[in-house]
Amino acid sequence: MGRTTTSKDAQALFHSLRSAYVATPANLKIIDLYIIFAVVTAVIQVVYMAIVGSFPFNSFLSGVLSCVGTAVLAVCLRIQVNKENREFKDLPPERAFADFVLCNLVLHLVIMNFLG
Amino acid sequence: MAALDTPQPSTLRHAFGNVLSLFILLLIGVLAFSIRLFSVIKYESVIHEFDPYFNYRVTQFLTKNGIYDFWNWFDDRTWYPLGRVIGGTVFPGLTLTAGTLWRILNTLNIPLSVETVCVFTAPIFSAFASWATYLLTKEVKGVGAGLTAAALLAMVPSYISRSVAGSYDNEAVAIFALIFTFYLYIKALNTGSLFYATLNAIAYFYMVCSWGGYTFIINLIPMHVLLCIVTGRYSSRLYIAYAPLVVLGTLLASLVPVVGFNAVMTSEHFASFLVFIIIHVVALVYYIKGILSPQMFKVAVTLVVSIGLIVCGAVLAVLIALVASSPTKGWSGRSLSLLDPTYASKYIPIIASVSEHQPPTWPSYFMDINVLAFLVPAGIIACFLPLSDASSFAVLYIATSVYFSGVMVRLMLVLAPAACIMSGIALSEAFGVFTRSIKFQLPGVSQNSPVNAGDTGTVIQNDVVKTEKSEDSLKERPSRKNKKKEKDKTERASVVRQIEKRLLVLPLEASVIAIFLLVLLGAFYVVHCVWAAAEAYSAPSIVLTSRSHDGLHVFDDFREAYGWLRHNTEVDDKVASWWDYGYQTTAMANRTVIVDNNTWNNTHIATVGTAMSSPEKAAWEIFNSLDVKYVLVVFGGLVGYPSDDINKFLWMVRIGGGVFPHIKEPDYLRDGQYRIDSQATPTMLNCLMYKLSYYRFVETDGKGFDRVRNTEIGKKYFKLTHFEEVFTTHHWMVRIFKLKPPKNRIRGKTKKAKSKTSSKRSGTPKKNPWH
Repeated sequence: MGRTTTSKDAQALFHSLRSAYVATPANLKIIDLYIIFAVVTAVIQVVYMAIVGSFPFNSFLSGVLSCVGTAVLAVCLRIQVNKENREFKDLPPERAFADFVLCNLVLHLVIMNFLG
Repeated sequence: MAALDTPQPSTLRHAFGNVLSLFILLLIGVLAFSIRLFSVIKYESVIHEFDPYFNYRVTQFLTKNGIYDFWNWFDDRTWYPLGRVIGGTVFPGLTLTAGTLWRILNTLNIPLSVETVCVFTAPIFSAFASWATYLLTKEVKGVGAGLTAAALLAMVPSYISRSVAGSYDNEAVAIFALIFTFYLYIKALNTGSLFYATLNAIAYFYMVCSWGGYTFIINLIPMHVLLCIVTGRYSSRLYIAYAPLVVLGTLLASLVPVVGFNAVMTSEHFASFLVFIIIHVVALVYYIKGILSPQMFKVAVTLVVSIGLIVCGAVLAVLIALVASSPTKGWSGRSLSLLDPTYASKYIPIIASVSEHQPPTWPSYFMDINVLAFLVPAGIIACFLPLSDASSFAVLYIATSVYFSGVMVRLMLVLAPAACIMSGIALSEAFGVFTRSIKFQLPGVSQNSPVNAGDTGTVIQNDVVKTEKSEDSLKERPSRKNKKKEKDKTERASVVRQIEKRLLVLPLEASVIAIFLLVLLGAFYVVHCVWAAAEAYSAPSIVLTSRSHDGLHVFDDFREAYGWLRHNTEVDDKVASWWDYGYQTTAMANRTVIVDNNTWNNTHIATVGTAMSSPEKAAWEIFNSLDVKYVLVVFGGLVGYPSDDINKFLWMVRIGGGVFPHIKEPDYLRDGQYRIDSQATPTMLNCLMYKLSYYRFVETDGKGFDRVRNTEIGKKYFKLTHFEEVFTTHHWMVRIFKLKPPKNRIRGKTKKAKSKTSSKRSGTPKKNPWH
């Protein structure tokens, strides 16, 4: 297994991943973008905390957990809205979105309280 | 569900079945409430034991002063001179629940006192808990199993012991919160609905507010998720059920002041974070597997595995270094004593000394869950046919709770719902098999099988136990009516299936006898539960009774003593006693105490323990440095009350000796035996506890015979030099002594001698610990 084979394999892998991903419908891609945005925000906050220290800790925790929380909830929404998922065939996408909004409301209520 | 073109009788049967289930659930609720009322009938509507008195006092404060003062309350009537921050160290769920209930009732113009609401909170929530068990078992196996499990939980003695009317403790609402959280988790897992996942997080928040045992939930659910992943049952429903719970749950847990940042920093929560990361990795893997072709997936796996292993190893090394750097590896003392049962006895004598923290004996299993103990294995087998996510959760729940109940007798309470669920499943499946056998063999019934999709289930109704509410009879005569209702929801329409099922039936006579025997089993269970509730678990332990040939004796000495303290001492006087009585003293006598049941400060307790183990003069010095005015001891020698301070004395020595090394336990034992008769060691005969317990005891019967230790005492005639007796209750059970003020003149000593004695005093090693 030479170097070139692994790099060629890696290239082939990336190529197939990209071609498979391009085929996903647009609404799912928007949700994916939102997830990436949330995760990047969380990473920025962690880096900031590493630079300036973690006081007040509750604000840091609520900030990071709100980003992670919305990312997780967006992933759940994506799972439920995805047409290829056979388990959620009967679930109307409006219901999935309503659940998503409700859960986000609860999450942000708690965040506001914990932010200090 | 019925299709649109089914004949009428089937929908009618469905409706009738639903109404019947509702009625049965109502009856189960009433049963759960009424079986816990024995103590109110036999004694009075009074708060029991020790911990509930603290919760009652906190609830009084809450109802009087409102929620903001409650969050910011600093209590200076306890742990003198340290005080205690109530807002930050108490689990607020129970008091907030009772306070809300009281507030609602008062706005509806039902003027119940706070004490009544507190006494009856536990029975009300036990009714809710049995309904929650119905919901949970229905998700696992079906309606029949649900109803059986609910009926079993309403009566199981282990749960009754912590939730009788008057036992106003955290477990009263916490068990309901536990079962309800598990129900919502299983519901979210079965349906994949984010709505139920949100509700699950909110129910988990209520559980965190109520009890320190919430760590059981936040470790059991990740364990189950890991089990599902490892056994190949990963699905997107699992992700939806688990991931939002972790994020929301951690946030909500940090909101409760008691937990605070422990929610992210202690090892008890690390399992949830670890499994959170693992489930994300697994989800990613499944997603990529879904969008790639199989060969490309293999390539991806080899690439990722090689890189990923290195990264994982690095992260793991950092984590382990962090955790290992703390001496307890990040766990709290109580959790460590759960994982390693010998930990507490080696390092933390206070945790080891609490009787609830001892491992249970084998008979206590039979006493506490009775018949369920051997129905549980049958239930476990029934869970495997077929195995679903929910039933694997139930099996994991029973396995872990059996382990923990074996470590601490207090945790039998967590075993009770699991045992009820398993037994409910077992009983329901057994009844299903037998009634199906009977149905197939009854002439004329087997031909009718309308085309309907449904599942087979039977509903068993054990009726409510009627209790006699007579005041002079302590024996209950349960009358039970057993009605067996057979509900027909038939199977699939195919005749082949029917023939198959017919081959599995048992003979008719065997089925009938088997059903009769199962019903008899249930009858034995009911009889035992009612007996346990009436005789074993209804004692308020603040009032004691005993029967003799001339009637019923009531020993109300504790309240007599607290009443005396309340009326005959100054408001600011400090009372010292062993920590068992701290909560009751603050709540009923309304005096400041030195140590109480919260036991958060080991050194303070050790100071009191040392004082009790020292000779009179040294003890006086210690108590004087703490501004103590009165000392309270509990003595059971006259009436034979076995839980008195002399029996607890060795723990005082051990705890005191743990902090002040001049107190050595062997000094108080003669040849390794603990005695108080003439063979006792001089250290024992001179210590404060001995003197305060047995002062003037010889005057009662001339010989000083101690009815608990069953010997005559060693030193019978002595005077107290630094204390004076101010009150002894009617049966000598509580004795209160006052510290004598220091003498005004020191007789016959010159200045030089005075300086010599003072230097001698400072020379002796044990003195005021606060200097």
